[in-house]
Formats: sequence, structure tokens, C-alpha cells
Amino acid sequence: MMNPPAFWQNGPAPGNFYSFPNMQPQMKPEESRQHSQGPVTTSTSILALAYDKGVIVAGDLLASYGSLARYTNCPRIFKVNNNIILGASGDYADFQYVKEFVEQKIITEECLDDGLFLKPKSLYCWLTRILYQRRSKMDPLWNNFVVAGIQDGQPFLGTVDKLGTAYTDKVICTGYGSYIATPLLRDAADKKPQLTLDEARAHIEKSLEVLYYRDARSFPKYQLGIIDVDQGVSIEGPLEISQNWNVAYSIKGY
Amino acid sequence: MSSVLCPEIPSPGFSFENCHRNAMLEAKGLAMPKAQKTGTTIVGIIYKDGVILGADTRATEDTTVADKNCEKIHYLAPNMYCCGAGTAADTEMTTQMVASQLELHRLYTNRVARVATAKQILKQYLFRYQGYIGAALVLGGVDSTGPHLYSIHPHGSTDKLPYCTMGSGSLAAIAVFESRWKENMDEAEGIQLVRDAIAAGIFNDLGSGSNVDVCIIRKGSVDYKRTYDEANKKGEKQNSYKYAKGTTAVLTTKVVDIEEVAVRSIDLERMDTA
Amino acid sequence: MSLALRPSFPDYESVSKHNNFNPYSDNGGSVVAIAGDDFVVVGADTRLSAGFSIYTREQSKLFPLSANTVLGCSGCWCDTLTLTRILKSRMQMYQQEHNKTMSTTACAQMLSIILYYKRFFPYYISNMLVGLDDEGKGCVYSYDPVGHCERRTFRASGSAGALLQPLLDNQIGKKNMLNAKEEPVSKEAALSILKDVFISAAERDIYTGDSILINIITKDGTTEETFQLRRD
Repeated sequence: MMNPPAFWQNGPAPGNFYSFPNMQPQMKPEESRQHSQGPVTTSTSILALAYDKGVIVAGDLLASYGSLARYTNCPRIFKVNNNIILGASGDYADFQYVKEFVEQKIITEECLDDGLFLKPKSLYCWLTRILYQRRSKMDPLWNNFVVAGIQDGQPFLGTVDKLGTAYTDKVICTGYGSYIATPLLRDAADKKPQLTLDEARAHIEKSLEVLYYRDARSFPKYQLGIIDVDQGVSIEGPLEISQNWNVAYSIKGY
Repeated sequence: MSSVLCPEIPSPGFSFENCHRNAMLEAKGLAMPKAQKTGTTIVGIIYKDGVILGADTRATEDTTVADKNCEKIHYLAPNMYCCGAGTAADTEMTTQMVASQLELHRLYTNRVARVATAKQILKQYLFRYQGYIGAALVLGGVDSTGPHLYSIHPHGSTDKLPYCTMGSGSLAAIAVFESRWKENMDEAEGIQLVRDAIAAGIFNDLGSGSNVDVCIIRKGSVDYKRTYDEANKKGEKQNSYKYAKGTTAVLTTKVVDIEEVAVRSIDLERMDTA
Repeated sequence: MSLALRPSFPDYESVSKHNNFNPYSDNGGSVVAIAGDDFVVVGADTRLSAGFSIYTREQSKLFPLSANTVLGCSGCWCDTLTLTRILKSRMQMYQQEHNKTMSTTACAQMLSIILYYKRFFPYYISNMLVGLDDEGKGCVYSYDPVGHCERRTFRASGSAGALLQPLLDNQIGKKNMLNAKEEPVSKEAALSILKDVFISAAERDIYTGDSILINIITKDGTTEETFQLRRD
């Protein structure tokens, strides 16, 4: 029996696109519905840090196809309205689907023209319900969302995962960021509870650099979303991660 | 020939005699006992004058803390120490065995053992057991060729690095190194960096906790600082939980008189040499 | 071609393998409640975690349902969020329909039914409902995930529940002690024992720590208190 090694992990089987000769079609039980089995085109960590007057959100521009760095210009931080920035990691298709209906909701709301706008806590709660409902159907949206915004003059930062697990904190990172960047950002936030925008930005940039050294699915081009009480929403990028690989030259032998 | 008085020396190495039986029992659904794992943060760096190793002191069994202050920096040789993560028994026994081999090597060659020697012994030993010996190690030491730091994986692969981390808190700790490690740091700076890396593991990784142990190895001297930093203070209890005398129920009592002790001398018996 | 000779190309299989999606997660946390004659105290740690990571260090797991009823939850956090939202709306519906607040005992019965309604896709939560009963006495209702309900005077549940319950049995239930007088526990004693058992839990349970949020319910209403625990 031949068992060639897998071409790549996590990615979909090429057999989903090509029908090979002499391969019998595999039967599916009738009336079965194929639910989402796992993420396909994925994006890695989102980092977010609340500072004294707002929230800063960062994420790189890569969408990976298994271990293949497939799409290198996939923005995943976007402005929802003047109160909210939404960032996402995980399956990119699921993110685009969610983005579409969040944007539709904003348009529908604007049509009412009642001077009221979606607030971050409302979007956060709404996303929690949507993701929980999908997990209960055993058909999850394979994402981790980060909702950043300003509500009642205060910074808001919350996250929802594919199960509908949601919480708010001053530091939120998803994916590998939760293991690598969270310790650095928590330490910074503990040492100085009221960070300024410049300090927060420096910490986020440093964390992105460290993450780029260690997360094999990361990329040196990124976007930065900043929502500030005074300056409102800005999405910057593509920006470049500064990097220094000098240590690599000093390593000899094993 | 073996007897009760002179048992046969067992053949060296592991005994595999119960493997078949255990595999059969497991297949029948018997749950095998779990080994104590040290979900750990262990680190090492190279600084100006040598090597600094660091470790947390928590040992876990699933989600409970089995040991709140265990020692994870093991002695290998006077110029070498080794941090261990993974299965507690494996790290302990492997380092003990290598320590004895290195001591014999030192006596035989009359030289200070090299770190590369220890690394080679460890990796060949671990490779032989194909990862079944679950020891993830950070080996550091100083020899005639200078300071050396290795990370050794359970399958026997090694890395020679200027800074490295292992265990469940390795990502938290490596983040600290990646952002702050420099070449030629002085000792105080190096110790602080190692402390911060271990603290990152202690506070952010649930498998790591309690105190920070640090071991500084310079050329010709070693400073093993057990409990270098108590990262967490235990909470102050508000009540006393001492029980009054007589709280524990006595179900039955039986009094036995000790017989009067008599001294009796026994004549020496000659050994039968016939 | 016989099936046995057909080569298998895992990469070219057109039906992807079933990637087991687990709709539950264990987010840890412990809840302890102690009831007295005219009060009840309930405490929950504020650590929300999964696997070996801490999600956040300040997550309240106590949910006030009325002026004298509080629900403490630990287990699967996404289920907790859902269940507590349902309870909140049911409390409001009752209020508007009957023009009175639901009593703690009625709440306890309602929760049991809501949990059993999801018998075959349960909410993975260990719940603890505390409050004052119709006579003003403190009461603690503890539940299993599918709606079994039991009234007690003290109870520990969650990730350190098995660690703490014997300690409470001994210290509050005065079990296994000779010459121990069984007397109703005072509010101050209950509060200090509650803090002490959490100190012990934080020592040995990796999912319990950071701090505890305590709610003290008396006929005058609910007061809150926090207490720091170790953070490792």
C-alpha cells in the first residue's frame, strides 16, 4: 500500500478540485450536509492593546493556504463606523462573509438616518450571538474577532472566538500572538496602566517584530488600526515590520 | 547462579517485560497511570562571562499542582548544569545518569568535561529511545572552549544557541529574549533578563508557576541561586486551622505492656570454613 | 482492480476527513457559596482560561438576577454567556407579567428546567444559585449541567470544587470532628473561610487564581468585595 506523505498540512486536499483517473468517487451518505470542517485559507494573529484614550489593533497581511504563504495582501482590520474597528484572524473566507453582513448592517442603519450609530459593545454582543449560534449548529465560523472601539468616551476592547467565547480586556491577542505577544503586552500594561498612544504603538510594533521572528505563518507587511477619542478612526498600512537577523550569523554548529 | 543472598545483577537498561501485558490491558480499556509532567518554563542565555540558566518551580499533574517548589536545574558536572522539562522522572534520571558518566569521563581523562560531550551523550541516548524518554533539556556550561548553550529535544535533536527556552512556557519566555537579548551582556543584566523570561512563563503559562531558580555558570565558578525570586507570595490565611486536642475520634484502644527487657549475650559462632 | 491493491493518496481524497469540531471548551473557574440564617455569601475567582493560557484576569463569574439572587457559573464560558442572557430576559418577562420580582426559590426551579431543556446538547456549566428564601434564610442551590438541583447550606463547585468541598464539609459542616458544636455560621466566619479556601485552591489548582469577587446577600441587598489571589 502506497502512502505518500502529505503535500502540506491543514490545506484542502487537491482532490477536491481534480478528479483523478481510476479513482472511484467516494460515496457520501445521502442527505448528509457537509459542514465546515476546518479553516482553509487562514490568517494569523491579531494584536490589540487599549491605551489611555483609545485602542490600537494590528495584524499582518498574509493569508496562508496550509503552510503555503498564498495571498500576501489580505487586509483583515477594517473600520466599521466612526466608533468601531473590527479585526479578525482565522479563516479568511469566513471573515469576508462576516465583513459583508456587518457592512450591510451599517448601511441599513445609515438609511434610517436617525443619528444613531452602532456601538462597539453592541457589535461585540451581536457577533457573540452569531458565532455561538453557528457553533451550536456544529457549523462554526472559524474566526477570532477583535472588536475595538470607543463607547461613552472610554476605550473598549473585546474578542469573540469561534465558539462564541467572549471577553474584554486591556490586552487581547489571537492565535500565536496569545502565547508570544500577550506576555509582552500584559507586562507593559501592568507596568504603566495608562499608556499613551506612542507608547502603545511602540509596544505593538515590538510585539509584531517578535511574532514575525517566531510565528511561521506571519508576514513582515502589516496594517495598524487606531481608534482614538480625539482623532477618531485611522487604518494605516501597509507598514513594514523592522527586523534584525544578526543573531543568526553568530549561530554555528548544533 | 543466583540466590537470595547473591541476587543476579539485572541486565543494564530498561526492563520491557511488561510492555506486552500493558498494551493488552490498555487495549481492553484499562487506564494507564499518568506520569508526572512538568509543564515548565526553562531558559538559558549566554552572557559576557558564561551561561545563565533559569527555571520555574511548578510541577503539575493534569490541572493540579503536584509540587510547588521543585528543582528543575540539575547538576551534570562542576562546570555544567541542565534544566529539564517534560516527564519529571525522565529528566531526573537522564541527567543523573549523564552526570555519573561525565564524572567517570573526568576521572579517566583527568580533564574538565566539555559541554559538547554532555550534549552528545544526551542526544545519542534520547535518539535511541525515539522520543519515548520525554526529556526536553536546556544544557549550559563553560569549558576550555568557552561558554556553550544547547537545547535538546526528546527525540534527540539539538540546537546550539545564544539563548533558548523550553517547556510549556517557552513561547512566553522566548518573546522576552527576542525583544531584549543582546550580545555581551553583563551579569546583572543577564540575570534580570533570565528572571523576566521565567516570570513571563510563570504569569502567562498555567503550567508554570511559583518561584524563579537561577544558575550562573562562569569559567571556574558556579552560582546556583535556588529561589532567586519569589514571583508570587502565598496569601495570608485569616483563620487558624489547628484542631483542638481530642478532635479526632478514637475508635478502639488497646494497651500492650512492654515486657521487661532482659540482656542476653550470644557467644560468637565460628564461620564454617570446612 | 481489487480494493486492497488500490493505492491510497491521502492528499487526493475527495471527502476530507472529519475534523472533530468540539463545541465545548473548559474555561475553568471555581465558585464557593456559604449560606447562614439571614445571609448568603458567594465567591468566584476572576480568572478566565483555556488550556494553558489565561484569557483574562478580571472576569466576573457572578451574575445578579435580582436584588437577592445571584448566579455563579463555571465551566464552558460561551454557554455561560448564553444561559445568563436567557435567564436575564426570563427574569424581566416574569417581572413585567406578574409585576413582582421572581423569588430565589422560583429562580432555582426555572434554572433547573432551562438546563434540562438542553438535556441532549447541554450547557456545560456548573451553576450555583444563591439567595434568600421566602423566610429570609440564606440558601444555596447547586446544579449539574443537565438540571439536577439540590439545596444545601454550603457548596464548592468548578475546577477546584473537588479540592474545596471536603474542606467546607469539615470547617462549616463540622464533619469528622469530635466535640464540635454544630452552630450556624456567622457572616464574618463564612467570609473568612471563603477567602481562605480560595487561597488554598489557588495554590493547587491551575485554573483558579488572580482574584475573587465576593457577593454578600442580606435582606438589605447585595454588597460586593474583591480579594487578591496569586497570579501564576
